[in-house]
Amino acid sequence: MTGRLEATLRTRIDGGGKCLVPYITGGYPGWVDAVRACAANGADAIEIGIPFSDPVMDGPVIQQASQIALEGGATPVSIFQEIRTLDVGIPLAVMCYYNTVFHAGHARFANDLVAAGVSAAIVPDLPLEEAGDWCAAADAAGIETVMLAAPTAPDNRLPRVAERARGFVYSVGLLGVTGERAELALTATILAARVKKITNKPVLIGVGVSNAAQAVEASRVADGVIMGASVVNRMMDGGSEAVGLFVAEVRGALDGASW
Amino acid sequence: MSILQTPGSDGRFGEFGGRYVPETLVPACQELEAAFEDAWNDPLFRADLDQLLREYAGRPSMITECHNLSEQLGIRLFLKREDLNHTGSHKINNVLGQVLLAKRMGKKRIVAETGAGQHGVASATAAALLGLECKVYMGEVDIARQELNVFRMRLLGSEVEAVTSGSRTLKDAVNEAMRDWVASVETTHYCLGSVMGPHPYPFMVRQFHRVIGDEAFTQMNDATGTSPDFVVACVGGGSNAMGIFSGFIDTPARLIGVEPAGGAAVSRGQPGVVHGMKSFLMQDEYGQVAEAHSISAGLDYPGVGPEHSYLASIGRAEYPTVTDDEVIAGFQLMSRSEGIIPALECAHAMAWISREAKNMQGKTVLMNLSGRGDKDVGQMMSILKDLT
Repeated sequence: MTGRLEATLRTRIDGGGKCLVPYITGGYPGWVDAVRACAANGADAIEIGIPFSDPVMDGPVIQQASQIALEGGATPVSIFQEIRTLDVGIPLAVMCYYNTVFHAGHARFANDLVAAGVSAAIVPDLPLEEAGDWCAAADAAGIETVMLAAPTAPDNRLPRVAERARGFVYSVGLLGVTGERAELALTATILAARVKKITNKPVLIGVGVSNAAQAVEASRVADGVIMGASVVNRMMDGGSEAVGLFVAEVRGALDGASW
Repeated sequence: MSILQTPGSDGRFGEFGGRYVPETLVPACQELEAAFEDAWNDPLFRADLDQLLREYAGRPSMITECHNLSEQLGIRLFLKREDLNHTGSHKINNVLGQVLLAKRMGKKRIVAETGAGQHGVASATAAALLGLECKVYMGEVDIARQELNVFRMRLLGSEVEAVTSGSRTLKDAVNEAMRDWVASVETTHYCLGSVMGPHPYPFMVRQFHRVIGDEAFTQMNDATGTSPDFVVACVGGGSNAMGIFSGFIDTPARLIGVEPAGGAAVSRGQPGVVHGMKSFLMQDEYGQVAEAHSISAGLDYPGVGPEHSYLASIGRAEYPTVTDDEVIAGFQLMSRSEGIIPALECAHAMAWISREAKNMQGKTVLMNLSGRGDKDVGQMMSILKDLT
């Protein structure tokens, strides 16, 4: 059964377009408005980060946003409560580290996501071999678990990752943590092409996709992009207005390009 | 069958352990697992490592019977003298093994985390000896209290980077080393300093430290004709403790891992997942990792190696705690009674022995003196003001 996230992305792709999924750190001051700004300016879905004390896949920008959110008292529960009040009309995914899930309990966490109106989860420190129990609970609750495909994955691993993925396959854009880069890494489109070859699920590139031009470049191969640090940077500097302008700019570039 | 576990490919010790890392690092962990197994079963690798341990690190380390403390405390106390190894702690055992393995795997560079600086110094030393580039991540708080070790690492040719995120101690140094490794995995080996992290690290690091327990088993047998009644070691991540426990796990000895009261993963934590492993972890009601607080930078860690969690869960080892004040007293007690200045980490074991001696009268106690206290003298000068 195709979930809401995958169905939404497919609609965009089938219409000849490319998908744009901005990331917002939940609990950061003004984050709810930032999510609304993403939705109002052409995002297909939104990834909401649940801040964690030890975010090993994140670079300085998202680390800082997470720390500010935590110091402000953000918890998974408070973020879920605020998500419930959002009615943005597009699917939401949470990005959270595994201890947040494990500590709550798999079934309870999955049900909390459903209750908050969240469609999907991305757990970057939960690789394929460890993902079984969570995925079973998520499947049972109807939560789509996005799996990450890494540039280091050998050919015999990618099909298993793609097979397990729901929503889309998150094709990691470079060797490294989240953060803006001057150029799109060569590995970004190489990996996305490898993944596209072995799956019919949507393939989005994330990590190191930093501006509209890079989003277009990545989408020449992939079905779209996830943009994190660049969006969060704008939220921290200019609030929801800056986020809205940036998302609109990327949307415009993706819609204006010929594929 | 031995209680000492050899984990399967899932890296589990009971329910603990595993490999909770980003997809990017999975192939590297698998490669390391295979490379370690291959090397460990290769007599040539073992001979190279044994030679380094013997001729460079100074193994075997001796055991010392503490006549003065034994008389004072009413027990028979022996120390396993890991403090006499080159670089001043047990850390060199693991580092020589890992750096030799990194070279065998064709890596050009290692990264390491360090708390007190002992693992960082050992890593810098092995990198200098074997010709690898080395970068050590160390929390800003620890850099301030262990500046001598920072200088040592730089003197040995390593780069030391201050970690300013989170609690700015060991846990955050691990995060930063892992972030480096995610970006550099093709050329770099992560030389993890304790029996923690994703599989195969907890198992591999224990194997490299088994030499402590294996030597001590024979030495205690020679000295006393039997095994000790108690084997005591301090526990942060728990590498020196796993090393010495390995030699006595199938004897009747009670195994005591002493944790700092402010970093008591086993007694105050719950199962959790961080730094690639499932283990006991100090955390809040939402699973945010708590910040540990200990006088000793090397034990300032909210988690513990997964094999310790396993040994605790089956009741084979015990994990009591001591306070910073007891540690300061233990530090002075060993210095004055035996003429041996222990590392603050080991002063935790001394503090527990001193406190519990009344319940161990006439028993034989083996303590792992895993490091020497020179590195802590500066910090202690500001605490023991009446001596300055």
